[in-house]
Amino acid sequence: MAPNMSPKKVPIPEQKPEERVKNFNEVALGYTPEQAKEEAARCLQCKMRPCVEGCPVGVKIPEFIKKVAEGDMGGASRILSSDNCLPAICGRVCPQETQCEILCLRGKKGEPVAIGRLERFVGDYAMENLQEQPPAVERNGIKVAVVGGGPAGLTCAGELARLGYGVTIFEALHALGGVLMYGIPEFRLPKALVGKEIAAALKLGVKIEKNVVVGRSVTVDELFQEGFKAVFIGCGAGLPSFMKIEGENLNGVYSANEFLTRSNLMTAYDFPNSPTPLKIGQRVAVVGGGNVAMDAARTAKRLGAREVYIVYRRGEKELPARLEEVHHAKEEGIIFKLLCNPVKILGKDGWVTGMECVEMELGEPDESGRRRPVVKKGSNFTIELETVVIAIGQSPNPLIRQTTPGLETQKWGGIIVDEATMKTSKENVYAGGDIVTGAATVILAMGAGKTAARAIHESLRKKAAAVA
Amino acid sequence: MYPILAKTKLNNQVEEMIVHAPYVARRCEPGQFIILRVDDKGERIPLTIAEYDRARETVTIIYQIVGYTTQKLSEKQAGDTLADFVGPLGRPTELHAHQRVIGIGGGVGAAPLYPQLKKLSEMGVSVDLILGARSKDLIILEEKFSKFCKNIYVTTDDGSYGTKGLVTNKLKELVEKGAKYDEVIAIGPLIMMKFVSLLTKPWNLKTSVSLNPVMVDGTGMCGGCRVTVGGQTKFVCVDGPDFDGHQVDYDELMRRQGMYKTEEAHICKLQLGAA
Repeated sequence: MAPNMSPKKVPIPEQKPEERVKNFNEVALGYTPEQAKEEAARCLQCKMRPCVEGCPVGVKIPEFIKKVAEGDMGGASRILSSDNCLPAICGRVCPQETQCEILCLRGKKGEPVAIGRLERFVGDYAMENLQEQPPAVERNGIKVAVVGGGPAGLTCAGELARLGYGVTIFEALHALGGVLMYGIPEFRLPKALVGKEIAAALKLGVKIEKNVVVGRSVTVDELFQEGFKAVFIGCGAGLPSFMKIEGENLNGVYSANEFLTRSNLMTAYDFPNSPTPLKIGQRVAVVGGGNVAMDAARTAKRLGAREVYIVYRRGEKELPARLEEVHHAKEEGIIFKLLCNPVKILGKDGWVTGMECVEMELGEPDESGRRRPVVKKGSNFTIELETVVIAIGQSPNPLIRQTTPGLETQKWGGIIVDEATMKTSKENVYAGGDIVTGAATVILAMGAGKTAARAIHESLRKKAAAVA
Repeated sequence: MYPILAKTKLNNQVEEMIVHAPYVARRCEPGQFIILRVDDKGERIPLTIAEYDRARETVTIIYQIVGYTTQKLSEKQAGDTLADFVGPLGRPTELHAHQRVIGIGGGVGAAPLYPQLKKLSEMGVSVDLILGARSKDLIILEEKFSKFCKNIYVTTDDGSYGTKGLVTNKLKELVEKGAKYDEVIAIGPLIMMKFVSLLTKPWNLKTSVSLNPVMVDGTGMCGGCRVTVGGQTKFVCVDGPDFDGHQVDYDELMRRQGMYKTEEAHICKLQLGAA
């Protein structure tokens, strides 16, 4: 079959901006089988397979794409899911442009192969059309505990279950998924899909204990006393950071975590059908420039805000959000106030009325390599607002650190691990995801979960052999 | 699912529920709280723990029917289940082996006060108590407290029981008459805790309060429960719920408590047909 030499990706159908800002339905609609085959034919099946190197979980990309080009979607799904248990999710939220696609040979002359869109297509296709039963696995009777049901924990649990372990996931909230459920909005990642894909990934019989806060309801040491032979900690990033400026506790100021959790996990966008409320003003400012900030801004627009600002202290080039997210936000009419930093939130009778900001300019590069923003003297100005969402990052939750003797952490609170195995300083305790790296991506967390699962298997197998 | 084993009406606004919740019952200590969802679509609300039984793995909650979710909760009976019940959350109260302590329970605030005073009494501390409410029928747990409290003083706004007046009048009277306390533990409406703290501050009398602000996850993730204590922002769910009463910015917290008043009224009217 001759490759499709079009320099451009097959476009993915999307809801029009003016329509989608009025609903919470998904923005991108996904490929049809024909479109997927056409795009898959753009893959040259090159020998070097640079794309695979870029994938944190090592998906066999050319192989699954070949199957799509041949129209063998079942075959594609088997290859894909052997390395990635959440393909429909990753196809939607992975930053492919900086991981697999950036390394694609086709990208040298034109656009790379749309690996993310194809992954999403195969994930969706499998969920709708295939009823794959997981292969029967002999249970080895060894118990492993996974703390946190987000991307890292789910992947670790899924991998270990496939290897025959008796896995229990301990989740603090009332739903599995972590950031997939509470953080990423419905219009980017539908929750019904998240639920379905997680259920499929855990088909092998993983036990789930919801509403258990490890560090409060039970400690890591108690898990060992209960017979777990290893513990994986994937409890996520934790506590939202605030700017420590005047007015941050006024009514109408939210952390992005709270704003998005209310809207996503608690479905506040459906109030009063859903009893959890969310206050949204006519004018909303989201402080920060990452994906979370874009999610909050686009959510605010859908909740009915007339004017939504992104307030970010560096410039356009420095925005940490994915290009696609920035592009979608702009299409939806989000106003970007770049090189702009809040100094004070203004209020009246306890409610937000505005935000005083200063203009910034970029100076010399700082430790992160990005040019340091410096205040332009006397540039203070005020934006009138009713709602402010702070999306400037988060620090690790201290609960596990405080209640687990022997667990070494960084100064900023992250758990220290050996990156090759995700092993912590405490015997038989492993960790991965945002609690190790600080806020990062879904796929990096999944990669860590997978690495840890293999290391746990290796270690427990050796121990079992030593005993025998 | 969390089975409701028993439910009792304490008065026409306040109910007591015993829930089977092994993880909470095994580890909870006085001062801690839980978050529950009544059903699958429910809102998450924090409630303090009034009692627990480790052997039976049960937790007792006492709540006042004040809004949509507590009304929904009140519709549940023994034999029904609650969708979610997570905890114990927050830090346990730091109880000190003082000589003599006085607790002040305002309305339903008597419920979280109960396990704290009981434990203090077990530690050998001499415990006095002021129970305050708007009227006689809103006074709860008096009999249970009487099992270990040395003196119980009741105040009601309308004088229908005990002394007519506020809890602060009673505390002032006791201290002025020479009663010596090492600590005051005040739990009740914010306005009550504010005025108790204002009263005890000039006396340099250590005053502990327990806060119950708007919360979503209860594990530190949302920051909705933030409060200014001693000029610093604290999260009640991970740093509290107990704080030094003299350091809390009550006015700010009272404003934050009112953030969703309009929405609460709206949903109650719409879904419960309440006026």
